[in-house]
Amino acid sequence: MTLFTKSAQELQELLKTKEISIADLTEEAYKRVAAIDGEVGAFLALNEEKATAQAKEMDAVPFEERGPLYGLPIGVKDNIVTEGLETTCASKILEGFNPIYDATVVHKLREAGMVTIGKLNMDEFAMGSSNENSAYKTVHNPWNLNNVPGGSSGGSAAAVAAGEVPFSLGSDTGGSIRQPAAFCGVVGMKPTYGRVSRFGLVAFASSLDQIGPITRNVRDNALLLEAISGVDANDSTSANVEVPSFVESLTGDVKGLRIAVPKEYLGEGVGEAARKSVLDALKVLESLGATWEEVSLPHSKYALAAYYILSSSEASSNLSRFDGIRYGFRAENVTNLEELYKETRAQGFGDEVKRRIMLGTYSLSSGTYDAYYKKAQQTRTLIKADFDKVFEDFDVILGPTTPTPAFKIGENIKDPMTMYANDILTIPINLAGVPAISIPCGFEDGLPLGLQIIGNYFDEATIYRVADAFEKASEFHKETPQIWEVK
Amino acid sequence: MANISKEEVKHVANLARLAITEAEAEKFAQQLGAITKFAEQLNELDTTNVEPTTHVLPLVNVLREDVAVKGLDREVMMLNVKEQENGLVKVPPIITE
Amino acid sequence: MNFETVIGLEVHVELKTNSKIFSGSPNHFGAEPNTNTTVIDLGYPGVLPVVNKNVVDYAIRASLALNMEIEQHTKFDRKNYFYPDNPKAYQISQFDKPIGKNGWVEIEVNGEKKRIGITRLHMEEDAGKLTHGKNSSLVDFNRQGTPLVEIVSEPDIRTPEEAYAYLEQIKSIIQYTGVSDCKMEEGSLRCDANISIRPYGRDEFGTKTELKNLNSFNFVRRGLEYEEKRQAAVLNAGGVIEQETRRFDEKTGKTILMRVKEGADDYRYFPEPDLVDIVIDDAWLQRVQDEIPELPAARKIRYVEELGLSTYDAGVLTLSKEIADFFEATVAQGADAKLTSNWLMGEVSAYLNAEQKELSDVALTPENLAGMVKLISAGTISSKIAKKVFKELIENGGSAEQIVKDQGLVQISDEGALLKIVSETLDNNQQSIDDFKNGKDRAIGFLVGQIMKATKGQANPPMVNKILLEEINKR
Repeated sequence: MTLFTKSAQELQELLKTKEISIADLTEEAYKRVAAIDGEVGAFLALNEEKATAQAKEMDAVPFEERGPLYGLPIGVKDNIVTEGLETTCASKILEGFNPIYDATVVHKLREAGMVTIGKLNMDEFAMGSSNENSAYKTVHNPWNLNNVPGGSSGGSAAAVAAGEVPFSLGSDTGGSIRQPAAFCGVVGMKPTYGRVSRFGLVAFASSLDQIGPITRNVRDNALLLEAISGVDANDSTSANVEVPSFVESLTGDVKGLRIAVPKEYLGEGVGEAARKSVLDALKVLESLGATWEEVSLPHSKYALAAYYILSSSEASSNLSRFDGIRYGFRAENVTNLEELYKETRAQGFGDEVKRRIMLGTYSLSSGTYDAYYKKAQQTRTLIKADFDKVFEDFDVILGPTTPTPAFKIGENIKDPMTMYANDILTIPINLAGVPAISIPCGFEDGLPLGLQIIGNYFDEATIYRVADAFEKASEFHKETPQIWEVK
Repeated sequence: MANISKEEVKHVANLARLAITEAEAEKFAQQLGAITKFAEQLNELDTTNVEPTTHVLPLVNVLREDVAVKGLDREVMMLNVKEQENGLVKVPPIITE
Repeated sequence: MNFETVIGLEVHVELKTNSKIFSGSPNHFGAEPNTNTTVIDLGYPGVLPVVNKNVVDYAIRASLALNMEIEQHTKFDRKNYFYPDNPKAYQISQFDKPIGKNGWVEIEVNGEKKRIGITRLHMEEDAGKLTHGKNSSLVDFNRQGTPLVEIVSEPDIRTPEEAYAYLEQIKSIIQYTGVSDCKMEEGSLRCDANISIRPYGRDEFGTKTELKNLNSFNFVRRGLEYEEKRQAAVLNAGGVIEQETRRFDEKTGKTILMRVKEGADDYRYFPEPDLVDIVIDDAWLQRVQDEIPELPAARKIRYVEELGLSTYDAGVLTLSKEIADFFEATVAQGADAKLTSNWLMGEVSAYLNAEQKELSDVALTPENLAGMVKLISAGTISSKIAKKVFKELIENGGSAEQIVKDQGLVQISDEGALLKIVSETLDNNQQSIDDFKNGKDRAIGFLVGQIMKATKGQANPPMVNKILLEEINKR
């Protein structure tokens, strides 16, 4: 077992009584990585030397001067830039890339006193739902190494689930935090669009991307979101909205809470176990005094198509900067500029990334723009209106995070459309921009299932309150995979 | 819509500056065709008079004051640059069409 | 066959802000290569743009000065294309909602006034600077992110002369607004021209060509003159005009094919998701309106009405804000307006043209010019002597009074002294007196020349003339 079964609060207690030091926690993370990451494949780069030195210095700071996350280890998804620490987005095109600045969230982690252990594996440029699109290595689900951890923040979810770090940051464009959190049996939050600064997050789809926390329990998650939230002068799309104390909202009280359950989220394509786990969760919440009703989000079925057009269009533009000139991989033996561009990008990007760049380029082309891009943007308006309408009468929306638990590695990789369909329950949330969390709510064949709780804009506090109440009334989050026993 | 030809794929690949083989063009034509065919379901929706959404939040006028800060040192700026000459970033020759 | 020429101009103007349009790096011409950049300018992974408020203010100011309507709900878009000087491979620009639209300027060619429509004015970022070589090209990213406005005219221009006049007006007005230096030699004003020709009477436009590398207003005019002839020759020979981009060659005065355009370029414009919309309310608009300094048209009227200049002179003087400001400062020192205007439009302008300099590059100041003009008005120095003084002032500076004093250039206006010199000259030139008596008026000119020579040009010319005539008639 490891120290990382414990919550932030419990770890701080140990630090306070000096039973352990920050250096111990840092060392524990690297020990766990050394012991099991060969099998899990969650980390792409380690920050061992700097983190170890930093931990020693931090131990000298008096306990009273520390915040609730001070000295705790964290892993950062590899699409969040870290000055002086290689950042690749799991792509060959950024191999060896050494960022010369820190993302805003990385600044904030430092201000909170967290220790960055290393960079976490992902689907290349966050495009994928299984982590099989990493150019470097596949991530394995800690619950069953033959299965995928989900994606694109597969490394972030697996590292926490495997007890390598108690905290990680992921990013979520269409479900990339929540789906792997569900597959790995951990807590993953996609905040409201604009809640967390995107400055330093390598853009996939600018109007959808959000950074969010992945942890083993709801309280830790709330703590971490509080630390990274807030308006940022470097991000014009970050919102100047007050950041409440999310931890204070964890009252356990859900009496009178009005829950909406969209019929589209329990319909065709959703597995029996997933459906049942949600209905069971509703019973638990009902027993705590909440009420629920079935509602409709009638445009849900169009979300997937709109999402792939919009996200790919933005991606095609965002990824154009990777040309081998100012940073990153550069093709060799080229004789002119055109060749440099085409060869660098052909050799540097993987298939899925190319596919989306092509789809996006096609969607934005003159002649197809109105039928694809503009149509998808209009569809987005309708999807957002669906949510606005439900939130007039309800506090949260509940449903499964994914239709099924983690699938086998290699099972879907050949068929992009089946792979894309994995995200049907998470994508509408990004299109609307509202926040949503995934928390453990059951198992199927030894693999975790996730409960998705969706809130109104900037109402993460209510989501956390519901999630925490459910967590306190259930045991799922206490389960740990076999790999925890590895010494 | 739908059915994307190999020629279209090559045209798009050129716009996106991706070198592409015949076999890849074939494969992408098929896959993109399937995706765009799927996307055609959006045509079921009547979007007359529906405003497109670019931003989900109603933010406007996020502006910064006109204050200059020192630029990056050139060594830092060149840190990830593969080829340079006399403080300039070097690229292969540009062949005009 | 004779053809009508149709010209539209695209003018790019760099705005004189402290920092760049989307980043805080310095907006400063002439720095060491690649030292005025941030990660934002370099398009590093993860960076985001933030709009410089001053750029929006300046764009509004320029639009209002060009009689444009302001788009009060405006936004930025991405224009996608790959080029080494364009680090993100997209330029943040404005597509369907430019900040300014439907404006005009009035030009005057050969005494005829004409309004040229302006379709749009939009904000965008400038690219880096690329130097092409045979075996490689080199990029300096300093200019990347410099704020620009692009001003696109209607195809209302019919002659290269009109194009020249339009550019003069645009430059003049923008300079007056204070948002740009408009220095073509530093690239802070750049121009591309679209030109087509059509038989007189036909409504539809001919196929247009785009001219680039027009590095001065003169080159714009010459390039267009060449191109209208070239197109006519092609059509008259039964050929067709291709839609193409051509480069003006300064040495030969010809335009040279750069590339043929196959259909429209596909820039895949879409709304910039990293920037939010800009809503300009009436208060904002009013504030900017109030900040606009007096524009050339208003100043021209003032010079005519208050200072008594001719309309023509006032027009020429006000064309350049630098000259007009200099003029006003000189007059404010007590110099005669008309005389000052003559000097600025005459000697000063000729000197600057000949030396390829700006007023700010020379030693002439409103103070010392005023000093000189006052000496002329007082009759202390002659206009001829003044030219000597002027040369000294513009090259080395100093005060006119001091120069006149040091070099003994004071005009001889003493009647007695002049009479003496006139008499002596007449005594020595009997032949000229005879010629004059025989009706050869030219003899007077010769005699005046002799008198001036004898006084080193310091004799008061009207007095010399008067005394000479009196004396010669006495003989």
